[in-house]
Amino acid sequence: MSDETDNQEAAPGSSLWPIGFAIGIACILVGLVISWPAAVLGAAITIVFGVLWVRDTARTHAPVDSAPAHALVDGTPSEAQLAAEDEHLETYGRAGFLTLATIGLGGVIGAGVVLPSLGFAVLPSFTGEGIETNPVDLGPISNFPEGTFVITSFTGSKRQGDVSRRTAYIRNNGLSAEKEPSFTIIYSRCVHLGCAVKPNGPRFEDEAKTYKDVTITPVKPAGFGCPCHGGAYDNEGNRTAGPPVRSLDRYAFSIVDGNLVLGDHFSVGTVDGTAADAVMTRYPVAYPGVHVDGIEKWLYPLPMPGA
Amino acid sequence: MPKSARQAQIEKAALYPVDWVEERSGLVGYTKWFLFRNVPRDINWMQTLGAATLTAFLVQATTGVFLAMYYKPDPDSAYASIENITNEVALGWLVRGMHKWGASLFIILMFLHMARTFLFGAYKYPREINRITGVLLLVMGMAEGFTGYLLPWDQTAYWATVVGININATAPIAGPFIAQFLQGGAQIGPDTLAKFYSLHMLVIPGGIMALIGLHMYLVIRLGVTSPPWSSTAAGRPRGEAEPKGYGDYREGLIREHKEEKDEAS
Repeated sequence: MSDETDNQEAAPGSSLWPIGFAIGIACILVGLVISWPAAVLGAAITIVFGVLWVRDTARTHAPVDSAPAHALVDGTPSEAQLAAEDEHLETYGRAGFLTLATIGLGGVIGAGVVLPSLGFAVLPSFTGEGIETNPVDLGPISNFPEGTFVITSFTGSKRQGDVSRRTAYIRNNGLSAEKEPSFTIIYSRCVHLGCAVKPNGPRFEDEAKTYKDVTITPVKPAGFGCPCHGGAYDNEGNRTAGPPVRSLDRYAFSIVDGNLVLGDHFSVGTVDGTAADAVMTRYPVAYPGVHVDGIEKWLYPLPMPGA
Repeated sequence: MPKSARQAQIEKAALYPVDWVEERSGLVGYTKWFLFRNVPRDINWMQTLGAATLTAFLVQATTGVFLAMYYKPDPDSAYASIENITNEVALGWLVRGMHKWGASLFIILMFLHMARTFLFGAYKYPREINRITGVLLLVMGMAEGFTGYLLPWDQTAYWATVVGININATAPIAGPFIAQFLQGGAQIGPDTLAKFYSLHMLVIPGGIMALIGLHMYLVIRLGVTSPPWSSTAAGRPRGEAEPKGYGDYREGLIREHKEEKDEAS
């Protein structure tokens, strides 16, 4: 075989099938985010173009089909070509089948071992297993003086114990305009990278109260500050300086038999208004440093299962 | 000096087990190929940094294996077990100190070694795969540092890991998922410590060992690079079938390789 024919054979014919295949893949990925029907349509496009592509490739490279192509160039296929073809066909029979069967069977067995192991390693982080949802009882409302913040430290999960010890800054706002009780409950973790935010102001240790394992220490903060990277917040948790990208996370609450009970943990973009008149949008709890509103939220499009 | 009959007899007796192993496994030949090889005449002390890095890793592996006998990866007992290793167990302070300070040494040596290969041009043809595996080793070494930092389970460990995981979370799209995987749930807890322990002593070291094997195989196959100021060529001679368009390679990377020549002739 001369170099020239070799080159001609190696050069793949230009084809539109790979482009259609790529469009199908893109459609699946976009569809996964936006809607299932789009993903199914993408899968259909991918399969159709994939089949066409494979068929096209097979036709171009198949030894049986390429022989007539050479015949057109050379007149008759050379002896070397015929010999190569014979050899090819001969080895492809039993040996080829056994090779493919070994690889295939090995692949199936390997996948049978690897896939469950990988799933076991990765999936439990996302299924929300072991997250205790029993509400945290913070004690009688009378422990929370009206109009001032208290540093409240509590155990988030009885199963996890001290590791789940959390702090929230709670202010009793008195009654709202609708005569409902109102509390501002700010989670202590900085929404920059998760360090513990401190209230900037005097703590009144001698007025501290305890209820079961909950400790309640009055404090008079002029905003909150993070010691790690200088994030600063006002008394509503809105960022005033430093790297944080949103306002401090909050907790919902309920009142059961005169006790303040901690509700869902949620993230907020910004808080408008103050105290009982504060208005904000609740977002599912997000990692620190993650935007929940504005144009940057599109950087984090997928909801986190189990978070 | 000619050997006496007695000397020859002793030599034969001494070599007999070596020959026995070689005949059945070929391992002696491989070991010789591995250890006794030509290096460029003007080789530099800087070229020992790779071996130094390997030594630092072996120190980490050895001390780590024995620390694992006394460490307990559980939030209630992790810190106490570290205190026990440091203050109670015989020589525990020494082995833990070797592991703790050796970790920094390992990272520093990796960077120095990387700087040497960069400045010597040792990342160029035909050593690209060495560079790639080296960069992966650097990343995995730093992952070892990150996962190992949590294990003492003190305030520094906890908050450094909180910040580290949350930095991961800020990556677009995949970030929150990486963070969620690392801490094994929505919050850092007992699962996080056990997971980091497993990653630190099983998963990542396994990967590092495999990559070191490939890295070293390539070093031995391709030979040591001459320093840039060298007058002698180094590296293996090119094969007959060179890829087209690569004809203008740097001469200095090619070193006459004795064994190769012998095989060819």
